[in-house]
Amino acid sequence: MTSPLRREDVAHVAKLARLSLSDAELDQFTLQLGQILEHANDMSSLDLEGVIPTAHPFGLINVVRDDVVRPSLDRDEVLAMAPDAEDGRFAVPRIMGEAP
Amino acid sequence: MTLPGEWEMVVGLEVHTELKTATKMFCGCANQFGSEPNTNICPVCLGLPGSLPVLNERAVELAMAIGVALHCRIASSTFHRKNYFYPDMPKDFQITQYDLPINSGGYLDLPDGSHVSIERAHLEEDTGKSTHLGGTGRIHGADRSLVDYNRSGVPLVEIVSAPDIRSSAHARAYAAELRGILIATGASDGRMEEGSMRIDANVSVRKPNAPFGTRCEIKNLNSLRSLHRAIDYEALRQIDVIEDGGTIRQETRHWDEIFGETSTMRTKEEAEDYRYFREPDLVDLDPNQAWQDRVRNGLPPMPAERRQKLTARLSEPSQAQLEAVEVVIDLGLENFVNAAIDAGVEPALAVARAANELAAGIEMTPNLAPEAFSATVLMEQGGALSATQSKTVLGELLASGGDPKSIAKAKGFEQLSSDSLGSTVAELIEQNPDEWARYREGDEKLAQFFIGQVMKLTKGQANGKAVIAELQARR
Repeated sequence: MTSPLRREDVAHVAKLARLSLSDAELDQFTLQLGQILEHANDMSSLDLEGVIPTAHPFGLINVVRDDVVRPSLDRDEVLAMAPDAEDGRFAVPRIMGEAP
Repeated sequence: MTLPGEWEMVVGLEVHTELKTATKMFCGCANQFGSEPNTNICPVCLGLPGSLPVLNERAVELAMAIGVALHCRIASSTFHRKNYFYPDMPKDFQITQYDLPINSGGYLDLPDGSHVSIERAHLEEDTGKSTHLGGTGRIHGADRSLVDYNRSGVPLVEIVSAPDIRSSAHARAYAAELRGILIATGASDGRMEEGSMRIDANVSVRKPNAPFGTRCEIKNLNSLRSLHRAIDYEALRQIDVIEDGGTIRQETRHWDEIFGETSTMRTKEEAEDYRYFREPDLVDLDPNQAWQDRVRNGLPPMPAERRQKLTARLSEPSQAQLEAVEVVIDLGLENFVNAAIDAGVEPALAVARAANELAAGIEMTPNLAPEAFSATVLMEQGGALSATQSKTVLGELLASGGDPKSIAKAKGFEQLSSDSLGSTVAELIEQNPDEWARYREGDEKLAQFFIGQVMKLTKGQANGKAVIAELQARR
């Protein structure tokens, strides 16, 4: 059976995830991810007529909290953990262009 | 603006409104504009490993309030992760609602009678705020961005209209009415200048009854004025491209307020693949009927109903008066107007003074008691104050509060006794026999001449109507 996943699909997903993969890794992950997808595809062979999709393993809905302010972290402590900070803010390499 | 050559524009708007909650969407950090940078942050809104989101009940209720006000269907909904990389979003995904939004299928009726369908109004979280430091020659921060995560995780509702809007003025009217509704529901403060309401516009053009054209999405519309200008610019740009034989590419464009133009941000080919998937750390949201009813019953009247009620107090209102009513409702000034009308002020005068003088000092209205407004306008109506004096007293009341009578007295706005006005008028008639003769012969324009002279002599303290009465008594 041919893999449901092509090598270029894996390359695309890796690019979206900002992962740089070697040729060998691309081959390896195409095979492994393909096996996972094939396994998921096994579901198609079952008769699931009338079975309600499971959205979440817990049977809970409407888990909410009260709108009450709780203490935030100490800014200096947090910024001290960051690679770089300036003017009370996190400093990062300049991103060209706008957020999507 | 009218488009050339029978072109018609087709516009759909995506309005993002920050919700007026005490805390963020998924954590207990304060949702507060203008705090010192990075003082309202915690492991959840910083996306630190192991932190887990817990949904804010108030945010859900405000989202439902918006849904009710927009006649939406409130349904069972889910949360998804929208994955992309940008430094203002520390988790590298935004929690949003995707295929199952909390509100869908509503509408908004505008004051002009038009009807705009609402496709959905869903919950999502805001991102942080980055400031780009750039360029060369700076000692600090060349080519760096500074990020403040106070806004990261602030609850938002995104309201998506159908492509039912047909002009920039129509888009503006929709956004203004929606803003009024958001304020009325208590969901938002509607402060566009603080970014609490932000708009993206999908714009395309077509010939009448033709299928929809290819659309472009314009980002960064942070005022009603920008919205209006950007849509007009974009529609004309598309028409130029098509009439020159070109085709429109589906793309995202950025509005530049200073240059007054849109430019390409990214094309469809470059569009991000967000790899949406269910947020496994949140369960379904399924408000039962009792919860929905509680929200519905707690809603105050919406602007359309309030406008209708106030208009009903005016007899045969003119177009200008209807527009003044809109201003009064938009600014939430009807308590002043209603108090004045109840105190005996002519409805048209009460509306006019509120729509002009109070609107001009809107940020100071907390200083002004409705009774003081009523008393001032009543004095004007009775002739104790001229229109100019009444406006001055209102200005003073707005600036520093106080008692209208004392302010009028302190300003020297003493009512001219009718005796003293009578003798002033008699004196002027004697000094200007030619003008008086022409007035007596029926030249009504001369009344203005006499009023002007009286105002000069009394330093503006006379009432124009009273002067005319004196003139007519002697005619």
